[in-house]
Amino acid sequence: MVIDPRYYQIGILGLLLIYGLLVLDLEIQPEQVLWILITAQLTQFGFTRWLQLPKFDPRSALISSLSLCLLLRTDSLLLASLAAFVAIGSKFLIRWNNKHVFNPTNFALVILILCFDSAWVSSGQWGRDLLLVLLVACLGMIVISRSRRSDITLAFLGFYTVLIFGRGMWLGDPLTIPLHQLQNGALLIFAFFMISDPVTTPNSRTGRILFAAVVSSVAGFIQFSLYEPNGVLYALTVSCLLTPFIDHFLPGEKFAWEKPNAGNPLPDRQGECYEKTRATV
Amino acid sequence: MKKHALLFSLITLLFLSQGSHSFCGFYVAKADSKLFNQSSRVVMTRDGDRTVLTMSNDFKGDVRDFAVVIPVPTFLEREQIHITNNALLDHLDSYSAPRLVEYFDEDPCMLRIMKRGMVATAPMEDTEIQRQAEALGVTIEASYTVGEYDILILSAKQSNGLITWLKQNGYRIPEGAEPVVNSYLKQDMRFFVAKVNLEEQAKLGFSNLRPIQVAFESPKFMLPIRLGMINAEGPQELFIYTLTRKGRVETTNYRTVKIPTGMELPEFIKNNFGNFYQDMFNTQVEKENRRAVFLEYAWDMNWCDPCAADPLSDQELKELGVFWIPDPMLPNDPPTTRKIMPQPKEVFITRLHVRYDQQHFPEDLFFQETGDRQNFQARYVIRHPWKGETNCPAAEEYQEKILPRRQQEEIKTLATLTGWDIHSIRKKIPGIKPVEEVPWWKKLWDD
Repeated sequence: MVIDPRYYQIGILGLLLIYGLLVLDLEIQPEQVLWILITAQLTQFGFTRWLQLPKFDPRSALISSLSLCLLLRTDSLLLASLAAFVAIGSKFLIRWNNKHVFNPTNFALVILILCFDSAWVSSGQWGRDLLLVLLVACLGMIVISRSRRSDITLAFLGFYTVLIFGRGMWLGDPLTIPLHQLQNGALLIFAFFMISDPVTTPNSRTGRILFAAVVSSVAGFIQFSLYEPNGVLYALTVSCLLTPFIDHFLPGEKFAWEKPNAGNPLPDRQGECYEKTRATV
Repeated sequence: MKKHALLFSLITLLFLSQGSHSFCGFYVAKADSKLFNQSSRVVMTRDGDRTVLTMSNDFKGDVRDFAVVIPVPTFLEREQIHITNNALLDHLDSYSAPRLVEYFDEDPCMLRIMKRGMVATAPMEDTEIQRQAEALGVTIEASYTVGEYDILILSAKQSNGLITWLKQNGYRIPEGAEPVVNSYLKQDMRFFVAKVNLEEQAKLGFSNLRPIQVAFESPKFMLPIRLGMINAEGPQELFIYTLTRKGRVETTNYRTVKIPTGMELPEFIKNNFGNFYQDMFNTQVEKENRRAVFLEYAWDMNWCDPCAADPLSDQELKELGVFWIPDPMLPNDPPTTRKIMPQPKEVFITRLHVRYDQQHFPEDLFFQETGDRQNFQARYVIRHPWKGETNCPAAEEYQEKILPRRQQEEIKTLATLTGWDIHSIRKKIPGIKPVEEVPWWKKLWDD
């Protein structure tokens, strides 16, 4: 029996959250965590009822909301809730070809940062503690290999590493600088838990590798030419708009978390994008 | 009815001010940047892409040896450079410094009654310099004398040409600077170089070197620290004060950590606050593996509590480049609409303190402004015991149990924060009573 990889993801994100709260003192308020988690589930529940979906599934909403708790910083509980609502709501409302277009957490973070002064992402707060990096990478790898979409994470990390080291070499910087830029907990959380979302990435392997190349190039441009922090977050949102085109020109088998009942095909308008074809997990 | 409302609001105001005063304690001492040797101070005033940098360091040698080479992101016109005074930075430093406050214990007998009641270089000709520069691929984009400084804005095709030129013109450039200079040149940075013009200095009559200010517009919210680390003997100390509109500033490529605050410390710290803060800072730096930037103060510039120094005036803020507040010299309101209450200035100060070296801070410091407007200060507390006469059972409990227990806790806190030996701390506190540990079972039965 294969366990749903989302349980691993929930467990690891939960552990990271606890580590962040207790050891790194990430200044996440427990009540903020609570508001985000509750709003996400309520939104998921509300849309499940509204769209008359057969089953309320809290897992994906829980993953999105845990990622939000880890990355979003705000002093306002209202904004924290709004972020959770935007994240989950976007899954149901912004759709193309039976897939949601944006990664929910990423979309909510970008919308909140752009629209509100009092919401931000503290990418530097994860520091570059090597131990943590290894921990995050190894734990993340389990998730990736289980969800069989490790190609996009590896491709992204590969392209981004080439870009960072290439820039460093062009500038004549010592290797310690690109290494420092890569040993960033937030970047690894992004690579292993955000860009790896199998539902919002292209269906074919070639498409995913192309997608990873686009995300890393756009991220590099935003980070080093526009001098905006959080380049990777903006890059993913922008690149997600390309996914329908990539899927059109490079078609592939759609991802599904679960195998539907053969005699009872699930409706299309699902948050989790169930597929009528063979399940891959 | 209206009268009552007014009376009520006045009383509330009175209570609020009294409450907040006693809440934050009485200010005793501060630990300013002068405690740390070889420190530099930089004020970064920024809103959007507009930035004003004010730079000062505690240079103590012969002014003829003084020279600064600073990478800047844009070309600078003469009017974009300004020289200000040290007093301004000293004021900002005092205002935001870590502080010690004290409380006095009240008569334990009175306390009990209350509790019952309420539950509650050699000069060269300009043309010659220019010609020499051109031969080396260096462009002198501008040359100004501002205050006591001779300032040049340089750009170059190659770092070796620039370095040769700087060396030829009396700037001491350490070995190993070339790749760093090259990296900045490739990132489209110019170089701001300044030396002291002795004639001008004599004319102006300043003995100390004054801080240099530059104003520019750039999306780069960063401080170049790499040049200063080449061949540096040991780590360097940097204090960064940011003045922004929205909220607290933090580093995006290093961890920004809040310095421990709010601890109760033994009384003798009153005369050793500087030593305490230095040693506590050292301990915290080590605890974060020398890779963190420390937050010492984050506050709305309108007020402070307790105040280590008064908030900066509009005039001072303007001098530091806060361009978004109305000009203090111009009357901004007609007399009929004179405001009684002081208006919020929308200036938020963040004080960051970093000890850096090449090994632990390979990259320049990059920043972002967050929306966090929560006030934070490095504040430490001493509580003076009640020394008056007492004659009640509560006093006995206070003298025998409450006070010794508290003092032991204070000693432990101090030892943990500073790494000082706990026995040496105890020796500094004469007459401290040992806490009598009562076994848990002694309280179990009455017999």
